Amino acid sequence: METGAVTLAQPARKFWILRNSPNNRPMLDSTINVRHLAHLARLNLTEEETVAFESQLGQVLNYVKTLELLDVSGVEPTAHAAPVFNVFREDEIRESFSESEALANAPRKANDLFIVTKVVE
Amino acid sequence: MSQLHELSLTELRGLLTAKKTSPTEIIDAIASRVDAVDPSIRAYVYFDPASAKKQAAKVDLSLPLGGIPVAIKDVINVKGDQCCCASKILDGYTAPYDATSIRALRSAGAIPLGRTNMDEFAMGSSTENSAFQITRNPWDTTRIPGGSSGGSAAVVAAREAVAALGSDTGGSIRQPAALCGIVGLKPTYGRVSRYGLVAFASSLDQIGPMTRTVEDAALIFKAIAGHDEADSTSLNTPVEDPLPLLRTGINGLRVGLPKEYFIKGIEPGVEKAVRDAIKQLESLGAEIHEISLPHTEFAVATYYIIATAEASANLARFDGVRYGHRTNQADSLIEMYGRTREEGFGPEVKRRIILGTYVLSSGYYDAYYLRAQKVRTLIRRDFIKAFEEVDVIACPTTPGTAFKLGEKTNDPLQMYLADIFTIAANLAGICGLSLPCGFSEDSGSRLPVGLQLLGAPLDEAMLLRTAYAYEQATGWHKETPAL
Repeated sequence: METGAVTLAQPARKFWILRNSPNNRPMLDSTINVRHLAHLARLNLTEEETVAFESQLGQVLNYVKTLELLDVSGVEPTAHAAPVFNVFREDEIRESFSESEALANAPRKANDLFIVTKVVE
Repeated sequence: MSQLHELSLTELRGLLTAKKTSPTEIIDAIASRVDAVDPSIRAYVYFDPASAKKQAAKVDLSLPLGGIPVAIKDVINVKGDQCCCASKILDGYTAPYDATSIRALRSAGAIPLGRTNMDEFAMGSSTENSAFQITRNPWDTTRIPGGSSGGSAAVVAAREAVAALGSDTGGSIRQPAALCGIVGLKPTYGRVSRYGLVAFASSLDQIGPMTRTVEDAALIFKAIAGHDEADSTSLNTPVEDPLPLLRTGINGLRVGLPKEYFIKGIEPGVEKAVRDAIKQLESLGAEIHEISLPHTEFAVATYYIIATAEASANLARFDGVRYGHRTNQADSLIEMYGRTREEGFGPEVKRRIILGTYVLSSGYYDAYYLRAQKVRTLIRRDFIKAFEEVDVIACPTTPGTAFKLGEKTNDPLQMYLADIFTIAANLAGICGLSLPCGFSEDSGSRLPVGLQLLGAPLDEAMLLRTAYAYEQATGWHKETPAL
């Protein structure tokens, strides 16, 4: 194990053995379709990034599979740790940004509007 | 006598109220120090002492932080200043409003001065993911300052700032505080308003102070904590003043040592410093109990599902329409989004958006995201149960000292594991603090080690009191890097 690396769950150690195997190719039991996800996320990627992310995120997914070791049946999910829910304010008019303040950082604007690329034919 | 830049916030307040110095003199001293050392540290991404001096002229020195300049991480909006999150996608963005925490600092008399470098959108553990510059550790400039609040930690350690604000999603205040030898407090989730903090993972993010001393951290925490109706997760609970409790000592305090945090793989110098610190707590009257947090080993995996899922949703707002960068090479709207984001985001942000999109996508949501939220419940229960038996948990902040620049940049998973001891506190929503507890030698460098104290929800006063007792008994905070 490398200096500074820390022993974690059993699968993490297994992961280390895999990564340090002679051909040094991570054994992916999770494939991740980066091209499809990039489209969903509206994020163009280069060919090099796509290939690199497939390998790197495959390793990360392999690691997060440790969670499968736990029995979570009957456990409620936690969305956030603050004991506050359904917070509403009074429905009243309040001061907010003027048009010029709201548009101050816009990359393209005209007539108090944001300009976007044409959407309809 | 010490020069002004060498003094703590509390010491400077003493001089200000005795009229032995002025806010302008303090800002000038800080500016000279920045000129002298920041070319080798590179921790500020924006620094405008002239504007701060204008604000200083109007400041009320009778306020608790009256006349004190505070450096702000580049992820918190300060009206009229840049707020770029160290990302190209926000290049040229000027904050149109003050974050609630900034408004609170101003109300307490403080003056925001300078934006500090960070990992892009707070994603990272070394500040090497900044799109702007590499920040160096003041104790050894060939090493990282930690992250993501690496700039805030470095300016405080290098005496280029009196104090700073950082943000902590998985350890981003505590880990760089430990690696730079300063104090960093991550308050309970909901304690400090997130309004005006650019969101990374909304259920985990929390703003907190980064300071030279525990008392300084208590002063800033008191100023920024409290309910804010602009943040729907803000807790409407009174904030206990931590200052009167600071000097009450820790006799009879029950300190828990989680066996899962003292594991094979910790650097020996770090383990020794932390074990010595625990002996010190015992000699100050604390009772030491071994405890168990059985789901600790699952925290990193849980975190990298939940944090990336939330980030992929939060970062959808950077679309080239309302603010920031926009590509000039697109014919269709969808191509405009895709290219703007390709050109604007750096590699780690892209990686996390893809991972977050994956764990939320159809067919994988239950297997990853929902499961992680359930494990999060188990992790939170571990802590709630532990705090029935002990008042404070003590452990290392990090498994090692500051690593070399470039050492982990090509191995995202190893970088993620740098945060194994800090992440669980964010998932559980509890408070945590790191403070200096000694040094460890590595390859001829003498590097700071952090002691992490974890407290029950809303129990920041207990953390600060414990930390203060330890700090006063040891004096590690008086050590300064040779620059």
